[in-house]
Amino acid sequence: MKHLFSGAVLAAFAATAANADTVAPKDVVFEDGAVAASLSGAAGNAQEGAKIMNKGAGNCIACHEVSDLSNLPFHGEIGPPLDGAADRWSEAELRGIVANAKVMFEGTMMPSFYKTDGFVRLGDAYTGKAHEGEVAPLLSAQQIEDVVAYLMTLKEE
Amino acid sequence: MKQPIKLKGCIAILAAAGFAAVAHADPDEDQLTVNGEIEMVTEVDAPAHMENLDTIYSGWRFRSDETQAFQMDDFDNPAMIFVEAAAETWDIADGFEGKSCSSCHNDIESMAGVRAVYPKWSETAGEVRTLEHQINDCRENRMGAEKWKYTGGDMAAMVGLISSVSRGLPINVAIDGPAQETWEKGKEIYYTRYGQLELSCANCHEDSYGMMIRADHLSQGQINGFPTYRLKNTKLNSVHARFKGCVRDTRAHTFKPGGPEFIALELYVASRANGLSVEGPSVRN
Ligand code: HEC
Ligand code: HEC
Repeated sequence: MKHLFSGAVLAAFAATAANADTVAPKDVVFEDGAVAASLSGAAGNAQEGAKIMNKGAGNCIACHEVSDLSNLPFHGEIGPPLDGAADRWSEAELRGIVANAKVMFEGTMMPSFYKTDGFVRLGDAYTGKAHEGEVAPLLSAQQIEDVVAYLMTLKEE
Repeated sequence: MKQPIKLKGCIAILAAAGFAAVAHADPDEDQLTVNGEIEMVTEVDAPAHMENLDTIYSGWRFRSDETQAFQMDDFDNPAMIFVEAAAETWDIADGFEGKSCSSCHNDIESMAGVRAVYPKWSETAGEVRTLEHQINDCRENRMGAEKWKYTGGDMAAMVGLISSVSRGLPINVAIDGPAQETWEKGKEIYYTRYGQLELSCANCHEDSYGMMIRADHLSQGQINGFPTYRLKNTKLNSVHARFKGCVRDTRAHTFKPGGPEFIALELYVASRANGLSVEGPSVRN
């Protein structure tokens, strides 16, 4: 199969880590699965978010169908279609789901995109080798915000 | 006949229904007969030890008609080139004992039934052994020859040859008695969520089979068809190489092919196919 997620996660992480307002993965506060404030301290960019939904670090459409992205081939069926996500969820809830879906949906298959510990046999990306050193989350704080901004555009009502 | 989901159909459905009503592409209804004579069981009641599935399916049922067709006749099956090479190897003496496989085992037909019961507890070794281990044991200790690389071409071809004479027989690996401890360990591995994506074998192959994950139509991850010739890499692929690929794709530190974890996992996964026909060497995409 194709790699679910790849890309320059490390570089992106290093870039946003410089921002003093960034909330580190271990410090994120969830309330009923939701996260109230921006993780990067800045607003998200929906256009950047749309890119992350495709291949690369996010690859959300590996598991979700999104009509708005129907120009891209091969949407998966593992999770629910994301059309109308913004009608069903608040911004804070979407942020919580993308940061760590397992808080909102216990035991879900959806990966935790803003988490750095608690993994079993963590690998070095897709090399199959053991990971060494500091762990970067799958998406940086700003990338989470960008994805959330994009999800907020998915309205049907 | 129901068609497996293909890209074109998929996009058409998505465009028409606005994604709302995309049905899961379940295994198709096709039946597999090889060379017009070997009837394969590709769907059967799950063995009693399986808690979460009622029916087990061969991976063949999840492939496109084009890919399926390659496996229906040995003349079209690209794996058979490797099997023919192994049939020659079978008779060629190697190592300082001056023996070939046929020196001890006569005709390859004497291996009929063997693939179906491996991995298997070895009384002499006091551990569960895969077919690959057994082959290397013969090479080292009876022929005085060099071991083959566990997932290498010579090995995959020989396993393919040995599987080919069991085609159509039901997989029937023993999971009780001395093998039980290894089987339990394999089961634990099957349900552990590895890597940064925190995905287990079960997440994809038990909870989500029949669904698309990106461009891939998920099967139950059965190993009755191994070794598999993959159109993607145009060679024979061994069980442990496939396991390694699947674990790597969860962004995990993989286990070693031929090592104790994958032996245990192979026994467990093989037992999930008890009742399906031996299909190896099969063809997959
Ligand atoms: C490996 C599969 C997988 C991947 C990759 C994945 N998800 Fe999910 N997602 C799920 C599943 C499964 C659910 C359903 C939750 C549950 O388990 O009940 C879900 C639920 C959701 C929901 C709530 C759905 C709704 O509308 O009710 C949102 C929003 C979401 N995911 C967004 C994303 C985004 C954004 C990404 C990428 C950054 C992503 N997902 C990547 C599997 C995945
Ligand atoms: C992220 C999803 C995912 C995970 C986790 C995963 N696999 Fe797979 N696996 C696939 C895909 C995609 C394929 C190719 C399509 C198919 O046959 O399902 C595949 C194929 C296979 C095949 C080949 C089946 C055939 O008929 O040729 C086997 C065997 C297999 N997987 C076993 C495993 C085992 C054992 C594990 C756990 C160690 C595992 N997989 C974990 C996605 C996954």
